[in-house]
Amino acid sequence: MPTTITMPQLGETVTEGTVAQWLKKPGDRVEKYEAFVEVSTDKVNAEVPAPVSGVLREIIVGEGQTVPTGAPIAVIDEAGAPPDAEPVADAIMAAPAMGTLRATPAPSTQRPRQPGGNGIGVSPAVRRLAREHNVDLANVRGTGSNGRITAQDVLDAARTAPAPARADGGKSGYTNPIPGTTIPLSQARKLIAQRMVESRRAAPHAWTMVEVDVTNLWTWRTREKDAFERRHGVRLTLLPFFIRAVVESLLAYPLMNASFTEEGIKVHKDVNIGIAVALPDNLVLPVIRGADKLSVKGLAVAASSLIEKARRNQLTADDLAGGTFTVNNTGANGSILSAPIIPNGQAGIVTMEAVVKRPVVIEGDAIAIRSMMNVCLSLDHRVVDGFIAGAFVTDVKKRLEAMGPSGTL
Amino acid sequence: MRTSATAATHFERFGLSDEQLVAILRNMLLQRTVDNRGFQLNRQGKVPFALGSEGHEAVQAGAAMAFARGRDILVPYYRDLGLVLGVHYPVIDLLLSMFARGADRAGGRQFPNHFGNRELGIMNISSIIAAHLPHAVGAAYAIRFRGESGRAVLASFGEGATSEGEWHESVNFASVHGLPIVFLCENNEFAISVPQSKQMHVKDVAQKAAGYGIPGEAFDGMDPLLTYDAVHRALERARSGGGPTLLEAKCARFLSHSTDDDDRTYRSREAVKELRKRDPIATYEAVLIANGIVSEADIAELQREVLAITNDATDRAEALPLPEPHELYKNVYGDGDFEPWR
Amino acid sequence: MAIAASTREMNNVEAVRETLHEALVRDDRVLIMGEDVGARGNVFLITKGFLEEFGPQRIIDTPLAEASIVGVAIGMAMEGLRPIAEIQFADFIYPAFNQIVGEAAKTRYRSNGDYTCPLVIRTPYGGGVRGALSHSVSVEALFYHVPGLKILAPSTPADIKGLLTAAIEDPDPVLFLEHKKTYRLVKGPVPDGHFVLPIGKADVKKEGSQLTVVSYGLYAHQALDAARQLESEEVSVEVIDLRSIRPMDRETILDSVRKTRKLLVIHEDNKFGGVGAEIAAMVAEEALFDLDAPIKRLCGPDVPAMGYAITLEEEFMISTERMREAMRDLVNF
Repeated sequence: MPTTITMPQLGETVTEGTVAQWLKKPGDRVEKYEAFVEVSTDKVNAEVPAPVSGVLREIIVGEGQTVPTGAPIAVIDEAGAPPDAEPVADAIMAAPAMGTLRATPAPSTQRPRQPGGNGIGVSPAVRRLAREHNVDLANVRGTGSNGRITAQDVLDAARTAPAPARADGGKSGYTNPIPGTTIPLSQARKLIAQRMVESRRAAPHAWTMVEVDVTNLWTWRTREKDAFERRHGVRLTLLPFFIRAVVESLLAYPLMNASFTEEGIKVHKDVNIGIAVALPDNLVLPVIRGADKLSVKGLAVAASSLIEKARRNQLTADDLAGGTFTVNNTGANGSILSAPIIPNGQAGIVTMEAVVKRPVVIEGDAIAIRSMMNVCLSLDHRVVDGFIAGAFVTDVKKRLEAMGPSGTL
Repeated sequence: MRTSATAATHFERFGLSDEQLVAILRNMLLQRTVDNRGFQLNRQGKVPFALGSEGHEAVQAGAAMAFARGRDILVPYYRDLGLVLGVHYPVIDLLLSMFARGADRAGGRQFPNHFGNRELGIMNISSIIAAHLPHAVGAAYAIRFRGESGRAVLASFGEGATSEGEWHESVNFASVHGLPIVFLCENNEFAISVPQSKQMHVKDVAQKAAGYGIPGEAFDGMDPLLTYDAVHRALERARSGGGPTLLEAKCARFLSHSTDDDDRTYRSREAVKELRKRDPIATYEAVLIANGIVSEADIAELQREVLAITNDATDRAEALPLPEPHELYKNVYGDGDFEPWR
Repeated sequence: MAIAASTREMNNVEAVRETLHEALVRDDRVLIMGEDVGARGNVFLITKGFLEEFGPQRIIDTPLAEASIVGVAIGMAMEGLRPIAEIQFADFIYPAFNQIVGEAAKTRYRSNGDYTCPLVIRTPYGGGVRGALSHSVSVEALFYHVPGLKILAPSTPADIKGLLTAAIEDPDPVLFLEHKKTYRLVKGPVPDGHFVLPIGKADVKKEGSQLTVVSYGLYAHQALDAARQLESEEVSVEVIDLRSIRPMDRETILDSVRKTRKLLVIHEDNKFGGVGAEIAAMVAEEALFDLDAPIKRLCGPDVPAMGYAITLEEEFMISTERMREAMRDLVNF
């Protein structure tokens, strides 16, 4: 009896999905709960387990195609009729065929990711290094005892990895390009390209900048960081302080926390701050929901957790949804000025640039060496004009300059 | 052994003034009132644990009177409520400890009656019997080491403590070095349920002194003046370089060991009734009245006064908060960090 | 540690002696008490001559009673002196357990800082000296568990002087363990004059890239020997001398393990529940994804003590050859 498999909903607010990769081909045996297709929404890839056991009869949606949630994508024949190249359009199969099929052993139900080596477990270091360096353990020869793959083996493999002629299964040479070749577009790259173009086309981007004296804030952070890390297990950077200031300014200037729609400017009640996280071959924007309810401490912990998840490729669709404003720590790459592209549907994106010691003029016309950090804002000129945007970004500056060792985390 | 020397016809005041005699009575009344308050709070469900000292009022008030506040060092045990009150331990501190409030000197960490107050010269103690005695000996060594004559250590304990190895080691060390310390045993004949006959083979704890070559003296611990005299002489001996003394005050414990004990399982009610006939407070009051030192009205006034003090301390202590949970981590080490992995 | 103007070569027992002597001279409050520390000058001659120089008030021959050696010292410390109590052999420390764990460790805590206990308890421990059942044990595992105590076990003369001085000046009770076999066996340069090493910091005695070995006491030296021998086989082992058992140095150990990805703990004390167990647990908790092999512990067998017969002692003690083997195996894992 054939079962039609439909596109699953991979997140609360998700309405469509793209078939990233078929893990089975028509005629293959599929066990219930076995992963048989990889689906992606935004930039989250998820393996879909089969709801029934049987044989994959027909693939309806091909790789790379996007369909709405609930649309049919494949048919699995539950009765387990012998593999048949022609797709069965009509339903009923003859039951007696089941007996013969049972005799033939089912193909291996191993999950796609197998450890390399000969059955000896893979050490935690090997697992991590393989992921970080994008090394497929199946291709690594183990030089450890009993043929075990060692951490050094993985590092050696990463160094001498040949440039891929063409990518397969989502792996791309994006981080390791060979000049003169064409890198096939991964799912992530396609989506990034699409989104950036959409945003630029829809929203007229304007830009402004302020210089912020973060000397006191830096002192405060330096004083707190060791005890903080000991107590919470999380590093204390300037990011949570920055987010806190931005959140408070958003509450003062709610038009910056809004979206342009044909029906009107939708001013959001929730303050959900997206953090741009750059990964080797992807850019993700996980969201801290309800950031206005978190203290600096809370923001540090929340941000660290999301960034960790992003680095381990464990972000869920819900982690990425619901952002109302975005923050980008471009300064971490050394930048002192950026003109970022606004995430779709938001009124602006603000960056914190690198902290640089500079001689500046202070009160009384004296010159002092201060720690200066530029804050840049790209704004959707349909939603706000320079008046509000300027006031907003100046407000962020004031709040940051007021932060110092007498504050509470 | 000296028994009562305070019969109406032969009143020996051992050089104490009227004020001092009345102060002794006041201390005994205050001790009983605060002591009872612990049990009242326990029965009200406000305080989970209380230790009683009823029956010890005379020995503790008398010993406290002999103690030189600001000079001597006191190393008490957990039944010495009256003794610490007599050296001016604040009543509020006792109640704060009962209620385990954060403002308690030990931050609510200790059981009630685990005294300690560096300013008053009271060394802080644990619940471990006799473990405090080597410390008392060390303190005596320190004051002698620094040449501080005129100072002595008063260490007290029950008769059960004299069975502990650390009791023996302490008395031994102190006597070898001739240290300025008085070992005061408040013998109430029961170590929780174990009677003296099962605790030792001698009739008097004071007899053990012979084994250390130091003076030993037993006396009626239900008589505050006899106690004062014995402790005073022993402390003077210690302060002037005469070495240690082992004192034994024969007294009685009217209550169970603590709220976790039920003495009905090992003592008859008749026996306790007999003991109460020798109530040290009633006895001493009678003596003072008979000798014209106080009147009934004076006593009533004293009772009112100590009750008011106790009530005030109770109310103030109860109103204060418990310690914050994060206080748990403080004062493990001097640098404030408790983490073993640094 | 500042670079000293001058150093002198001495062995471990001389380092202990010199440190104690300097402390007695420098601080009037310091005194030494224990069995045979006076006229005999200590059974290893550590305090020889001290009685004549500092007098019987400061160098005290105590009665044979360990509980009061520590207990009386606690009272002295609470009253403002700086006593150094000696337990003649670590095997005799058990009667003092109540005073060390129940009283000294808790003095500051139970008084919420009203009273403190700046006490040092020194004792020789460890085997390989034909000491048999009661002159060979290691006791650190019994005490390092206890909050409020500090436990030190340095293995070189300079470390001994720096850490014993730090212990004497520390406001909290410190158990100072001296491996008796290293007393005369281990020599090294010791800076002249007063200096302290920080309590809670380990020392990388040899750098390496393929394996982290953590050890202390006599075995720190044997591990170092084994590691140096392995250099000729082009095997690179990093050796960390713990020096401080409580508090213990997290950063040095983790930095090393993150570099080498493999950890071997070597200690003389029995394996079950020994110091190695805590190190292994911490590293597994904090650096699991840096480990390329299981954490290994090469430790004393789980029997009560080493016997008098040489064959029994040698079975208990771990040879440098065995350490080399264990290191080689783990590097090749």
